[in-house]
Amino acid sequence: MNPSEIQKIAHLARVHISDDVAEETAKSITEVLGLVDQLQAADTDGVAPMAHPLDAVQRLRADVVTETNVREKMQSIAPATEEGLYLVPKVID
Amino acid sequence: MQWETVIGLEVHVQLNTNTKIFSGSSIAFGAEPNTQASLVDLAMPGTLPVANEEAFRKAVMFGLAIDAEIGKESVFERKNYFYPDLPKGYQTTQLDKPIVIGGHVDIQVGEATKRVRIHHAHLEEDAGKSLHEDFHGMSGIDLNRAGTPLIEIVTEPDIRSADEAVAFARKLHALVSSLGICDGEMSQGSMRFDVNISVRPMGEDKLGTRTETKNLNSFRFMERCIEQEVERQIEVIEDGGSITQETRLYNGDTHTAKSMRSKEEANDYRYFPCPDLLPVHIDDDYIEQVRKLLPELPAARKARFEEQYGLSAYDAELLSDSAVSAQFFEAATAKSGDAKLSANWLMGEVSARLNAEEISLSEAPINAEQLGELILRIKDGTISSKIAKTVFDALWKGEGDVDLIIEAKGLKQVSDSGALEKIVDEVINNNAAQVENYRAADDDKKPKMLGFFVGQCMKASKGQANPQQLNKILKEKLA
Repeated sequence: MNPSEIQKIAHLARVHISDDVAEETAKSITEVLGLVDQLQAADTDGVAPMAHPLDAVQRLRADVVTETNVREKMQSIAPATEEGLYLVPKVID
Repeated sequence: MQWETVIGLEVHVQLNTNTKIFSGSSIAFGAEPNTQASLVDLAMPGTLPVANEEAFRKAVMFGLAIDAEIGKESVFERKNYFYPDLPKGYQTTQLDKPIVIGGHVDIQVGEATKRVRIHHAHLEEDAGKSLHEDFHGMSGIDLNRAGTPLIEIVTEPDIRSADEAVAFARKLHALVSSLGICDGEMSQGSMRFDVNISVRPMGEDKLGTRTETKNLNSFRFMERCIEQEVERQIEVIEDGGSITQETRLYNGDTHTAKSMRSKEEANDYRYFPCPDLLPVHIDDDYIEQVRKLLPELPAARKARFEEQYGLSAYDAELLSDSAVSAQFFEAATAKSGDAKLSANWLMGEVSARLNAEEISLSEAPINAEQLGELILRIKDGTISSKIAKTVFDALWKGEGDVDLIIEAKGLKQVSDSGALEKIVDEVINNNAAQVENYRAADDDKKPKMLGFFVGQCMKASKGQANPQQLNKILKEKLA
């Protein structure tokens, strides 16, 4: 991992990282990846990949409306609203 | 050079559940902005998603209907990107272990049946809506739609033209409507298409570079968009250029598409399994239970229409495609007792009227019983086929029921032989020269010449003479 890769990931996650920190982070992540490499050396033939660490399955919910309108409460803590909408800096893809 | 078009579709279908895929908020269309956005939908810290069983049931119904394999272990992943209509910063979706694997949808291309293979279909959540009207230089966000359950259906690149793409889209629309898993309201965004398009020289095996045009929400837009994009790509290549892999956005107002982003700047979504949701396990018992819930599907209905009503493959295909037209046809036939005539009227007059007024059959101002009754009155000789069109016009304008219209407008067919003979006698007396010609003519010329007299009699009866009887009387009197 080099600092420019760290900056790319930071950008994707919308996190600001200074060049100094990027340098340090690159080192630590490289170490972590070294550990991952070591793990990958383990023989996993015949072991099913795990989607979740808990050996449990998801319980599903009945399709019944249980939520009520909380717009007023939620918008009272929003920076800007108008006509029931949340206002955000203009974004056009 | 001859070019071949290669198309693959990604179709987003909103499932018509009562609530969202991961929260108990209503998904009813048309609510005031943000009144159906709960703490879970808004991604408030500390909240957790709980998956909706109905979304799974509907996805499994779809899988069974297209002959797919159902994923016994279904896993949700996080697709990470930032956009204001996605409060969590990721979309919860499926990647490696989707709910529906494989399957196919058969479409009618001219006389032939063509199979479009489905790669997979996965469950995911819809995003909210961004309104880019100017709110003092800001955008407005409505999160009512955020979390609406979707299945995204991904085809193999089996489609070869805009026509095939539209045929597939219509078929899929009919299928999800018949299954009752989607309301099918395209104008409300219930079904949206992303189209992957590439071209290659005819006979070439390797696929060309493709572009993706996103979010088409009508069959017509899809057709135009594909035709334009194919033309654009061929032009670029024939001018010595090359196609850039990119995402394009189609504007339905101007009917033009423009590049949104190229692959270089494409998002890196950093998928990973969602730690908030456990894998969902589906067993064979469940699948069999769901299979029992499947209604009659268009393909089975088509076969039944051919068998039960003796319709041609073409007629059966058209009428069985959607549940609405199938019901209309069957109800009209039950009333009229004549499947062929019912089919002809439905695909002829009714369909022409719907097209002219750009409305759907469910919005038609006449119902199946009225059409059936109209046909019944043709069959029992009350009115002629020609007069039936006049009655149909009046029905369409809402002037009352069939018998009422026939009565009020005095359209009853004249079948009384005394009255008909009187008309025939008058016509014969007034056209002595033609009568002489007719009697002198060869037998093989007579049928054609008889047409003149039939026309005159019809005119005299204001179109109300019973044509069979009229023919008979004319022939006798002219002999």
